[in-house]
Amino acid sequence: MVDFRNIVRVSKVTKTFQLGKVEVKALQGVDLEIAAGEYLSIMGPSGSGKTTLFNMIGGLDKPTSGKVFIDEVDIAQLDAYELAWLRCRKIGYIFQTFNIIQVMTALENVTLPMIFGGMNNDAAVEKGMELLELVGLGDRFRHKPFELSGGQQQRVAVARALANDPAIILADEPTGNLDLTTGEEIISLLKQLSQERNVTVISATHDIKMLNVSDRVVWIRDGRIDRIEDREELSISVGQIGARE
Amino acid sequence: MKNRHVKPGAVGRPASVERLIVLPLKKSVEISLKSLKVRFFRSLILTMSLVLAVSFLGFVSVSTDVANGLLSTRDPELIQALTRAGYDVGPGVSSLGSNPKQRWIIILSLLVCVVGIVNAQLMAVTERFREIGTMKCLGALDRFILRLFLLEAGMEGLAGGFVGAIAGALFSLVNSMLSFGTVAVTSLSWMAVFLSIVFATGAGFLLSLIGVIYPAILAARMQPVEAMRVEQ
Repeated sequence: MVDFRNIVRVSKVTKTFQLGKVEVKALQGVDLEIAAGEYLSIMGPSGSGKTTLFNMIGGLDKPTSGKVFIDEVDIAQLDAYELAWLRCRKIGYIFQTFNIIQVMTALENVTLPMIFGGMNNDAAVEKGMELLELVGLGDRFRHKPFELSGGQQQRVAVARALANDPAIILADEPTGNLDLTTGEEIISLLKQLSQERNVTVISATHDIKMLNVSDRVVWIRDGRIDRIEDREELSISVGQIGARE
Repeated sequence: MKNRHVKPGAVGRPASVERLIVLPLKKSVEISLKSLKVRFFRSLILTMSLVLAVSFLGFVSVSTDVANGLLSTRDPELIQALTRAGYDVGPGVSSLGSNPKQRWIIILSLLVCVVGIVNAQLMAVTERFREIGTMKCLGALDRFILRLFLLEAGMEGLAGGFVGAIAGALFSLVNSMLSFGTVAVTSLSWMAVFLSIVFATGAGFLLSLIGVIYPAILAARMQPVEAMRVEQ
């Protein structure tokens, strides 16, 4: 059971939302194991439950039943402080809508998680600059979010996600609000980071471009895992997948 | 790769110092100053309502100081002028207070002010849902958010309270000079005026904090996933 290579383990997770008098079953028993250093995509039509699953893995939401383990720690057992620590140090989040804090500059956005993590200001600024250079925004560290394009904002978000050297990066439709080329840039940036830093990247998406870089693709339909495809199967069937959508 | 693996035995209570999430006070002051600056116009409007309420309080309070100053001269003519101005000067009275009607109006105006602040701060929280949620995803604890809102409101309260108190005091002095002449200023105890200004500023500060408590708790308790769900 204790498999050190599995960084995330999802076990029989269900989630039910109460919308007025109607019960909506967003997830109906999902089992999933994700190995450290893997680049995994969660695919599925909208409303299939992939964002819900993403929120579960990220500790942003609690399952109705079932368990989510991160590094073999059941996140339902964590108190508020430990959960905050997990979000700060273990997981980096990237969102569809970038979610850069509007009142802060690019650099301040990147250093904020490090300050939360207890790093002193000088060290945080130094590392923040390094990260911004890594994502190709070294000269724009003083810019406010509204002075940056969508792609640049998402790069800031990637840099921020990496701030505390997380083991996992969770990306919820990272390319959803970007045009084709910018989206590709972000995808290759994520792939590059996952290879160089051995970070586990988990992205919920319906962007076909993601398939080319994924080690594994999990297809979700109606709150259940439809099928899981490996890299090898993917490269054979990628044409069909493109045609299907 | 740095993999801080948590030992299975440590599940639940791995309480080491390393796991503390911190936000130094200096940094939170910096952040709240920054967000006040960015939303300057909005904070100005909120501060204005404080300025108005507090200046009324300051005006009444300093007017009473002036009246006490005049009373201490023991000049029968001035005491008659005070009676004409509506002060209840009995034979043996050594100090004057504000009358119940004035106090009632002050309480009402401060109450209206607090309700206005609650409303404005609730709007501010709604506007910043995404920002709060993002901070929480980065590991911010509830009390960081609470502290940011309290700091902002405290600064607004101090600034608004001080400006209001000064404005009220000045207006009251000018008004007294017009009705009693320069003796109103010369007989005045400046210590009493200073205390009135400090009191009015403190009242503004307190009102601002009272007004922000509920919205700030609302913001701090919000789950990060709820913040993310809000469409822009």
